[in-house]
Amino acid sequence: MAKVEEVAILGVGMHQWGKWGRNFVEYGVVAARAALADANVDWKDIGFVSGANTVRCGYPGYVSGSTFAKALGFTGCQVASSYAACASGTTALSVARAQILAGVCDVALVVGADTTPKGFLAPNAGDRHDDPDWLRFRLVGATNPVYFALHARRRMALYGATKEDFAHVKVKNSRHGVHNPYARFTKEYTVEDIENSPTVSDPLRLLEICATSDGGAAIVVSSLEYARAHGHTNPVRVAGISLTTPTYPDTVLDLPYMASDSAAITAAPDDDFKVSIAKHVYEEAGVGPEDLSLAEVYDLSSALELDWYEHIGIAKKGEAELLLRAGETSIGGRIPVNPSGGLGAFGEAVPAQAIAQVCEMTWQLRGEAGKRQVEGAKVALSINQGLFGHGSSVIVKR
Amino acid sequence: MAKTRVPAVDGLFTMDAANPRLIGGKAPNGSYCFPKDLGGTDPYSPLGTIEAVELSSRGRIWSYTNSCYPPPPPFISRHEPFVPVTVAAVELDLEKMVVLGQVVDGFTVDDLSVGMEVELVLDTLYEDDEHEYLVWKWRPLAAGE
Repeated sequence: MAKVEEVAILGVGMHQWGKWGRNFVEYGVVAARAALADANVDWKDIGFVSGANTVRCGYPGYVSGSTFAKALGFTGCQVASSYAACASGTTALSVARAQILAGVCDVALVVGADTTPKGFLAPNAGDRHDDPDWLRFRLVGATNPVYFALHARRRMALYGATKEDFAHVKVKNSRHGVHNPYARFTKEYTVEDIENSPTVSDPLRLLEICATSDGGAAIVVSSLEYARAHGHTNPVRVAGISLTTPTYPDTVLDLPYMASDSAAITAAPDDDFKVSIAKHVYEEAGVGPEDLSLAEVYDLSSALELDWYEHIGIAKKGEAELLLRAGETSIGGRIPVNPSGGLGAFGEAVPAQAIAQVCEMTWQLRGEAGKRQVEGAKVALSINQGLFGHGSSVIVKR
Repeated sequence: MAKTRVPAVDGLFTMDAANPRLIGGKAPNGSYCFPKDLGGTDPYSPLGTIEAVELSSRGRIWSYTNSCYPPPPPFISRHEPFVPVTVAAVELDLEKMVVLGQVVDGFTVDDLSVGMEVELVLDTLYEDDEHEYLVWKWRPLAAGE
């Protein structure tokens, strides 16, 4: 695959993450206005709004693009609304990129925001026997943390990871998050704090599992020509986006399914699903793991962060713990991971989270990340996965 | 009066108490899936009917965990007060696939290990005044069993 054309990130903005229960639109508008101000672009000049949907906030959340556009004031611009669970934000960014590169618009606004209920995310109401998401809750009681824990336990069995390793991921991310004004949790945790928190799904403790949060994030993206013409001489650029699906057979059991694919006849591919997400984004961007200055990965649990080190190629299989223990993924280390504090410091505001990852990478590459700055950051990768097999990854460069 | 035993959801497993089986799908090329109609498709198989087949009733634990807090609805807890639900993902050798399920009562995560052999059984998921709603669960096998 050839390298893909780039678009410029002119501005980014966020509403702080928290748990307030206010209208998600409010968070989205705060983030959007912050991104527009950061970009020095007037809302009325935006040609396209790309909304990342929420399914927890009623109908306005299903058509979030026009919901946000109305709240900002309808201008007659083009609009789209995307839903892909945790991959919604990246999907919305990819739609904006496609509209810009197709020449439909010069400058676009990407927005995602959510208001979440307390406790476990649960399926929609009703008796739906043909819905894998409903079946896993009814028949197995398999909440999201159950899947996180299955992967954590497997890591322990295959590679000798320990509960203490997992705790150290959370400790590291909390140390980073202390310096992030948009994070929800700004306490610096110790290993003892984590060991003293109750087990949710063995081996994972409460403090190692991502909470559900309110929050909003937005990005203004444009063509490189528009950026130049408007005085953005050296913008951060979106160099690659991955929305990869698994390749059959995906032999790793994952959300929300009750069974993996079968490798009885068709052999499993060399790269498992999450590796293939990263591979695609590296190909689009024309870079490799060795070029990364930092990464923002989806630490839905502390243990999952370690899996991502291997999937994005900064550690060999089974060696993620070595990187962590050596401090190489802390700020000041060779390849800092989650300098924002990650989901450990944010909790998850589903449609805003992947956009927030891009906001953090943008601040890092501009050198505007304050006390969590990764020195000399040039290339950054964000990665996550929407349930049902929806990959999501972005590479930015400057 | 004994309660009537019914499947918690139709069509996912047989009700043969002595030798219950999960009902999976088999594509024309022989690839398996579970559940039969929701388990996805092998794109490398010729198109054709997905045949209903009974899956292997024994396998080895791929990974395991528990829910220490009550899962939200539509889960219905069998025990009041709530008892942690132990869960295992089990690799079936013939089908080369991993299937999730609860582990029978009496076993906790401390009793399990990756690679341990387990067997499929039917057990109560929850009950009401007239019915016992059954589901498949994994039962760890003793050595030599």
